Amino acid sequence: MGEFAIGQGVPRFEDPRLVRGGGRYVDDVALPRMAYGYVLRSPHAHARIRSIDTGKAKAAPGVLAVLTGSDWEAAGWRDLPVPGGMKRRDGSPSYKPRFPALVKDRVRWVGDYVAFVVGETLHQAADAAELIEIDYEPLPAVTATANAAVPGAPLVWDDCPGNVCFARFEGDKTATDAAFARADHIVKHRFVINRVTAATMEPRGAVGDYNVADGRYTLYAVLQRAQGYRAELAQVLGVPESMVRVVAGDVGGSFGMKSAIFNENPLTLLASKLIGRPVKWTGTRSEAFLGDAQGRDNVTDAELALDKDGNFLGLRVKSLVNAGAYLQPGMPAFTGNLGTLAGVYKTPASHVDVTVVFSNTNPMRPYRGNGRPEAAYVIERMVDLAADELGLDPYELRRLNMIPPEAMPFKTSVTFTYDCGEFEKSMDIALKMADVNSFEKRRAAARKRGKLRGIGLSFTIERAAAGGFEGAEIRFDRSGTVTLVSGSHSQGQGHETVFKQLVCDRLGLDPNEVYYLQGDTDQVFFGEGTGGSRSATMAGSAFHLASEKIVVKATQIAAHLLKLEAADINFADGIFSSAKTNQTLTIQEVARAAADPSKLPKDMEAGLVSNAVFDTDTQNFPNGCHICEVEIDEDTGEVEIVDYNVVDDVGTVLNPLLLHGQIDGGIAQGLGQVLMEDIRFDADGQLLTGSFMDYAMPRARNTPAFHVESNPVPTKTNPLGTKGAGEAGCVGAMPAVANALVDALSVLGVKHVEMPATPERIWRSIQEARAG
Amino acid sequence: MSLEETLAIELTVNGERVESTVPVRQHLVDFLRTELGLTGSHIGCEHGICGACSVRVDGAVVRGCLMLAVQADGAEVVTIEGLTDSGEIADLQEMFVERNALQCGYCTPGMLITAAELFDIGLPASRENIREFLSGNFCRCTGYHAIVDAVEATLKQRLSR
Amino acid sequence: MKAPRFHYVRPESLDATLGLLAEYGEDARILAGGQSLMPTLNMRLSQPKVLIDINRIEALKGIAVHDGMVRIGALARHVEVMNSPIVAEALPLIAEAMPHVAHVAVRNRGTFGGSIALADPSAEMPACILALGASVVVDGVRGRRTIAADDFFIGLYETAREPDELLVEVLLPPQKPGHVSVFMELSRRHGDFAIAGIACHARVAGGVINDARLAYFGSEAKPVLGTRTMAILNGKAWPTASNEVVNAALDEDLDPIGNTFGSPATKLHLQKVLTRRVLDAAVQRARAP
Repeated sequence: MGEFAIGQGVPRFEDPRLVRGGGRYVDDVALPRMAYGYVLRSPHAHARIRSIDTGKAKAAPGVLAVLTGSDWEAAGWRDLPVPGGMKRRDGSPSYKPRFPALVKDRVRWVGDYVAFVVGETLHQAADAAELIEIDYEPLPAVTATANAAVPGAPLVWDDCPGNVCFARFEGDKTATDAAFARADHIVKHRFVINRVTAATMEPRGAVGDYNVADGRYTLYAVLQRAQGYRAELAQVLGVPESMVRVVAGDVGGSFGMKSAIFNENPLTLLASKLIGRPVKWTGTRSEAFLGDAQGRDNVTDAELALDKDGNFLGLRVKSLVNAGAYLQPGMPAFTGNLGTLAGVYKTPASHVDVTVVFSNTNPMRPYRGNGRPEAAYVIERMVDLAADELGLDPYELRRLNMIPPEAMPFKTSVTFTYDCGEFEKSMDIALKMADVNSFEKRRAAARKRGKLRGIGLSFTIERAAAGGFEGAEIRFDRSGTVTLVSGSHSQGQGHETVFKQLVCDRLGLDPNEVYYLQGDTDQVFFGEGTGGSRSATMAGSAFHLASEKIVVKATQIAAHLLKLEAADINFADGIFSSAKTNQTLTIQEVARAAADPSKLPKDMEAGLVSNAVFDTDTQNFPNGCHICEVEIDEDTGEVEIVDYNVVDDVGTVLNPLLLHGQIDGGIAQGLGQVLMEDIRFDADGQLLTGSFMDYAMPRARNTPAFHVESNPVPTKTNPLGTKGAGEAGCVGAMPAVANALVDALSVLGVKHVEMPATPERIWRSIQEARAG
Repeated sequence: MSLEETLAIELTVNGERVESTVPVRQHLVDFLRTELGLTGSHIGCEHGICGACSVRVDGAVVRGCLMLAVQADGAEVVTIEGLTDSGEIADLQEMFVERNALQCGYCTPGMLITAAELFDIGLPASRENIREFLSGNFCRCTGYHAIVDAVEATLKQRLSR
Repeated sequence: MKAPRFHYVRPESLDATLGLLAEYGEDARILAGGQSLMPTLNMRLSQPKVLIDINRIEALKGIAVHDGMVRIGALARHVEVMNSPIVAEALPLIAEAMPHVAHVAVRNRGTFGGSIALADPSAEMPACILALGASVVVDGVRGRRTIAADDFFIGLYETAREPDELLVEVLLPPQKPGHVSVFMELSRRHGDFAIAGIACHARVAGGVINDARLAYFGSEAKPVLGTRTMAILNGKAWPTASNEVVNAALDEDLDPIGNTFGSPATKLHLQKVLTRRVLDAAVQRARAP
């Protein structure tokens, strides 16, 4: 096992470049004669467009083009992708809204796409956009999730009654009703899960470059999945997929938000085609708030039925989910991910009823977890609420209901079948790490300092690597050095490092002689991309398979060169050897020979290149225990997170250094939502939190030290035994922090605090609890 | 409508003399990125909150988005590229790699330039001080833990030398 | 987020600046540190015809003691104020408040005068100069005026400075023996603008408070003195003056305005909490040698 072996905390190969300012992000792309695009967005949440006059804008200095919905229509390009195939409550097909890149006669959220102005400079394009004259007829708008489905609510789409896009049901209603009928206790609660935004540090961006000579379109993009992006673009443009090239360099964070194509991508390409020059669009932070797809946002009623001993009998969940003004790719997956509402519990009967509604707000997309943190938050808050109502210890109540390892694989009563996990053991390790036994001493000591101290535990599970396939390629060149080509795409996770580890360890390569390539559809032969905590599992397994193919072919070549049978050849640490000879060959020597047909067996193709597709219909279920301790200033409602401990099970740990980074970052986003992050609209649909002044994200001062340990239970569903890690931290953090807050405030009679638990909200909940 | 107003400026960027004529409304980081191709400084918010565009002007870290390029006339500007070349923070950069104190890398140059000033000031190397000092720089990926680790370890290393 | 078009001028002298201000008046904006103005330009929330960059004017720089007063030039950067031995010695209130102003990169560029001239209701420095009873000196072609801080802050982002005038310096009385300063604020996150805050300056001896000046910020349209509260506290030992009486006075003194970070009721409550804490700290500091 070398220094780069699986399980080693190998520092990232990406980092030396990035710490020197050598990242290559989309806004760093500069092409000759490049022009700049600016999107004019709707100032109304809902309005009819009576007329648009672009005359003055077109005459403004430096303006090259002004595109409106009519130009989009005239180009004959198609709508952006809209998912379909779901059903409404009555079984009729889901509502499929139109999604043109520029609207023509109606705007549906503050930020909707009205015009695209292209200028010699971005300043000039922005100046000209101010000269576009639009006559709007404002219409009533609906923004709050709870209001969208109320009878008489303004309709976002005139032919979509009740604003209902689709509904989804999981579990067994009859069995669940029966379970509730014989329950000794029923615990109920309504959760309002607020809306947040990914706020990636790198805003979205795109450079469109149409080549008039060969009629091919190139898009420099931010993305998670280059191949899927290209397919979607080709659909929109109505050209063969081969006539589109998508290239992505470093991506400055995505968390789901950059997962599918967005309006500006085809707009830069259309503008490029019309003016015969490359066109760059770089989103500003204001546009990120107005234009980015957002996440979470639902109202969920949950009921948990228990017997007198605390055994869970049934779970009933009814959820109203906000899709925003349009239906974007990835949004329906949100409802599927609610399957982990089952938590880590044996609950024999469950029923989940989800309705997805439109509103006059930013469209929704996956955001780190996409339904998983929401599900975890609901079930883990419900367990604490139940423990409180029944007067039980919340840890013991979990222990009583947890699925034991010997019951695996376990089919939950909601959706999923869990493959493996040692929940109780992980919880016990975490309880010890957090020194839970002496917590009451810490609470008492805090009280003397005028602080309310609370502890909160969550045990969460999420679905990762949900089926599908992924491609990987290993290319030896004629000198014996290697290029790895990945179908997945990093937005900061560290794919290059982990995939190099996998391949270099197996093939005995020096990672310094290996080049990693991703995100260029002209180079990547096949792939699905990154999302849903899938890359370590899917692309990792694909690289594993590709490495094995290399070993098989190289062994045959080595046998031929050594004049032995393949069965006589051993391969280890990059060297082919045999007990039958003193001669050895390095894999580089074999690769060099592979480039020379005269040195190969007859009928063998030259070249040492392999590509592999890992294809599976199974998924895996990372899980873990988070324990958070908080202190609250009773007078001001200020919260400080004073301790945070995690025991995770993401199966085989490929690189603990990177794993910690994923868990830490996920926790920070989770606690951000619980404590401060909040997208808010006023009654007219105007965004109230449209800058970093108003949208509060955690700073270095607001996050604690994270103590992370692992209890890996390798899964058998992939050859590496690994489970997804990207979303786990966020999933566990939301309920753990929320439970800690409520525990701290429980001495005052507080039962629940909605997110974000700002000082204002905490202080109010204290006042309300005191008032009874 | 009047033409774009421009002004000639002369400044030192990463130790090299630069002469340019810039639109008066162009901010410093736009100038560095688009005119000089110094893309290590990133634009994150353009309202001075996120810190991704942090650069050093006349020896002090400032927001590159909250200063006009014309205001840098006569100034000495240092970006992450210059800081790398001088070797001033080579130890910190190595420690960032060792601790994986970055993921997407977008905030990293600004974080490093800010941390460099922390070293200059010579505050005691407590984690609280480090967190406080870096609180003007957002990171959306790491949760800050690894960044604080890296800065703390580098500070300790320097003090022990 | 790209600034609109403007005419940029960079005068080298005070006279030239005042001439420009006389010429352009309300069409001009002064660019000092730019830490508040630049965001509004980038967002196009502000579209001045002329931007007058005063950063080269030597007369506006520096921190010094003159005629028994501390003079802080309009162009003194926050970081200079924070590191100034004069400020540390003579103006402990300012020294205590300065670390609450934003973060290092903003303090390196932002100016003391800019903060006073902008009069953001949630900003720290306006409240401090109000608590200290400082004076603001403005200059213009029509002449130089010295305005008491009590009269300088008029309303939301509104001051007694006329459009053709430039804030040139602030004159602050050094803290006298027997006096104490306390600064406290509550913000969403440290470095953010305050939701509630108090700058306090008082003479405290044997637990008795005299000449208290409590400047409240973050909750009101402008920094305000808690005049009724100050009157109640004067000559009394704290904490013998009852909380209820002080709270009742604060109900009269304050009229909080709500925003996304806090409702009026919450802000009033927080100012009451802070008042108690500030006075506790004042008495404690007076006791400590």
